[in-house]
Amino acid sequence: MLPVEMTVNGERRRGVVDARRTLADFLREECALTGTHLGCEHGVCGACTVLLDGEAVRACLIFAVQAGGAAVTTIEGLGGPDGALSPVQDAFREEHGLQCGFCTPGFVVSVTALLQENPKPSETEIREALSGNLCRCTGYQGIIGAVKRAAEGR
Amino acid sequence: MTTSTAGRFVGQSVKRREDPRLLTGHGRYVDDVVLPGMLHCTFVRSDVARGRIIRVDTEAAAALDGVTAVLTAADLNPHAGNMQPTLLLTTPGAPLRPLADGDVRFVGEPIVLIVASSRYVAEDAADLVEVEIDSDPAVIDVEHALDDGVPIVHPELGTNLGAEMVFPISPELEAVLAGDNVVRRIFRQHRHTPVPMETRGVVVEYEPSVGELHAWMSTQNPHEAKQAMSRVTGVPAHLVRVEGHDVGGGFGQKFFTPREEMTVALAARRLGRTLKWIEDRRENLIASNHARADVAECTFALDGDGRLLGTYIDHIEDAGAFPVGATGGAGALVGLLFTGPYKCALASLRTRSVWTNTCGRGAYRGPWMFETVAREQMVDAAARAMGMDPLDWRRRNVIPTAELPYTLPTGLPLDMVSPSETLEQAAEIIGYDAFRSEQRRLFAEEGRLVGIGLGLYVEPSTGMMDPMGTETAVVRVNPNGQVTVALGTGAHGQGIETTMAQVVAEELGIDYEDVTIVQGDSAVTAYGRGTGGSGTAVIAGNSCRNACAVVRAKAIEIAAHLMEAAPDDLEIADAQIAVRGTPTRSVAWTEVARIAHLETARLPEGMEVGLEATATFKAPPFSWSNACHACTVEIDRATGVVSILRYVVSEDCGVMINPMIVEGQVAGGVVQGIGGTLYEHFVYDDDGNPLTTTFMDYLLPTTTEVPTIEYGHVETPSPTPGGHKGMGEGGAIGSPPAIFNAVADALALVGATIDRTPLTPDTILGAITTDA
Repeated sequence: MLPVEMTVNGERRRGVVDARRTLADFLREECALTGTHLGCEHGVCGACTVLLDGEAVRACLIFAVQAGGAAVTTIEGLGGPDGALSPVQDAFREEHGLQCGFCTPGFVVSVTALLQENPKPSETEIREALSGNLCRCTGYQGIIGAVKRAAEGR
Repeated sequence: MTTSTAGRFVGQSVKRREDPRLLTGHGRYVDDVVLPGMLHCTFVRSDVARGRIIRVDTEAAAALDGVTAVLTAADLNPHAGNMQPTLLLTTPGAPLRPLADGDVRFVGEPIVLIVASSRYVAEDAADLVEVEIDSDPAVIDVEHALDDGVPIVHPELGTNLGAEMVFPISPELEAVLAGDNVVRRIFRQHRHTPVPMETRGVVVEYEPSVGELHAWMSTQNPHEAKQAMSRVTGVPAHLVRVEGHDVGGGFGQKFFTPREEMTVALAARRLGRTLKWIEDRRENLIASNHARADVAECTFALDGDGRLLGTYIDHIEDAGAFPVGATGGAGALVGLLFTGPYKCALASLRTRSVWTNTCGRGAYRGPWMFETVAREQMVDAAARAMGMDPLDWRRRNVIPTAELPYTLPTGLPLDMVSPSETLEQAAEIIGYDAFRSEQRRLFAEEGRLVGIGLGLYVEPSTGMMDPMGTETAVVRVNPNGQVTVALGTGAHGQGIETTMAQVVAEELGIDYEDVTIVQGDSAVTAYGRGTGGSGTAVIAGNSCRNACAVVRAKAIEIAAHLMEAAPDDLEIADAQIAVRGTPTRSVAWTEVARIAHLETARLPEGMEVGLEATATFKAPPFSWSNACHACTVEIDRATGVVSILRYVVSEDCGVMINPMIVEGQVAGGVVQGIGGTLYEHFVYDDDGNPLTTTFMDYLLPTTTEVPTIEYGHVETPSPTPGGHKGMGEGGAIGSPPAIFNAVADALALVGATIDRTPLTPDTILGAITTDA
């Protein structure tokens, strides 16, 4: 068992965990932040995407101890404290970019990272940037629309 | 027949009520449920498709720290009640058991259930279980599963034939099948699987002191799950409660109650402990129900002008070993619907459902959709054989709206559909004629292979069998006027909390924000059909309407009494009950609600206190919806890769409750069809070993493969009160043949043909090399 400490959504979190405990399980179980979802646990579907020091990573492929000292942002940390939606979250709602909602946290986090890096992506850039996230409900139509809307600041 | 019927809420693209919680990470899926003392489960599964279990050694696993129980068939099976996943389908189906006992029948069959303090420990323990199996030859190829000398998947049944339906060939049909223009083709559709992004899962709490079993489950159908768990565990149904809050997709896979969920419930009951099982992705791919695996020999008899005279389809569906829901079950509809939206006087069929040593078949978005796949691919083959353009063939054969109602040659009554209109609309939007010219030019001048394909279908949504056609709504007006509606549905992405609130607000004349939908909980809703089979808009929607009618009438009666007016003169609008034409004479909806509960002396004499109603809607056997899909593709001649250039859907789901949600459902279905036709393929080797057990091997479409989908809408109201029709499945029904036909159309330029999916680059290159 190893001690670990990190900042999650601005709050300091400490724990003592197995070396093999994934960051996703640490967030979901130790931090009770269940918005980070596990869709495949082998790094393909992207549902567990979180920001690690600002960079989008797959929380199922990182051990909690590897995130020691880092700042982690999960889906719960993106909106306002009063429940207000972030511009990306709001764009997903406006464009019907989600149905069952299971893949949605990973997409919203990935899109947030994309727009920080490239505020005005072309459609091709949007499609390439999101090709590592799987959605089974929407056919991606509303998701791509949502990224365009968020980028345009509508 | 085209009308527009948007109301204040119904017909509007109201933003979804579900979204804020799901977008901020505050949904509640089954894996988010954490209970005191909860233990974690995992299964040890067979890695042999067919064989005899020689030895199961659980000693080392049981000795591991943190392990509570290691359960085998001997521990659980003798205590299991009826394991049939549903009593809805009357065929008894495969002899299902909680854990494999004596033999194994597919790779992935559960043999041991581990219960431990964490999932990590449970999986460690699973690694310590030693299972020795003597392999026997397995039945993998469904087309030879009925041959003499082939092993029997279920020895208890003595045959690999699970079900069969035969319509004898009449002398009239026999005569046309011997005519001059007979086209015969065999089409094969490969095995794929629904793949909801949330795998299956269940948390079961059994409290021995009170004898209650409470389950949280990723399910489309909490009431079915409640009944199934009661049957298996022996806990009386009134002491079983099943909740499914947010459900991360299902597409049919979560409609019935699968074996693992029943087994975990049984274990919880036996151990008196709270158990959680969350399926991992490998399990979901190898052991949650598969779908599609079909083959059919199809025959069209035509006159000299290409008019369809008669059809025959000989269909086999691969049911796997333990289908979820009796046999595969879809085959009968494949046969009955084979002629679809075309005029045809004579038809006959044989469909067989056949057991194999593979993962069981189950519902997947249009479980019988092979009727459309086989027919629409046949249409293009027949048109080509007759030297006709496939669009012209369809125009000549489609049932004209003026000839409705039309009785299909199998006896099904078709009405209130618009296949002809959607065909024309799709052809117009995609620019069919212009594409044909461009196709010839591109091929002649640049050697490029582009093609266009159509998929036209009619879908008999709603239930032909009890209880699939029935839903009950409880509409309860609170003393402050706000309304809570309870439905037996199990939403998993459809936005039912939004659409049903739109219907109720419209019917009661109150604000949408003042209506809340409660669903996904067997304890607080009336027995219902769940969510599946494209049934919610028609069935749940009209149960809401029926209950609202009772509530509205009572509210008006109260208002009439208060205002000393005649009920017939009153109407409800904007939450005011007013004398028609004299809006100043009114009483507020909230005031009526308050008086109904809190000032009951002011109610009409003898009137029951309160303001609520429970009402049921029983749908007619068929509420047909229809659509036409049209797409264009380009084939890279060097690599065999298919790219979709444009994709158009013209659909008729009657009156839309929420157009945004309708288009979202269509898009999701279409992209599943794209995945299913081009990329997704669940592969077994000859011994029944699964080869596609991760998302690196089982390929789902991503943002880089899907086109922008274009929509056209035709509105032919159904004869049910709201005029709605089912539309959840259709996107996945029309798309596979549209894509197949477009690829076949492109390949025809070089004389190449295809007869099976998936249309992988290898298949395409093979076709070009072999045929061209």
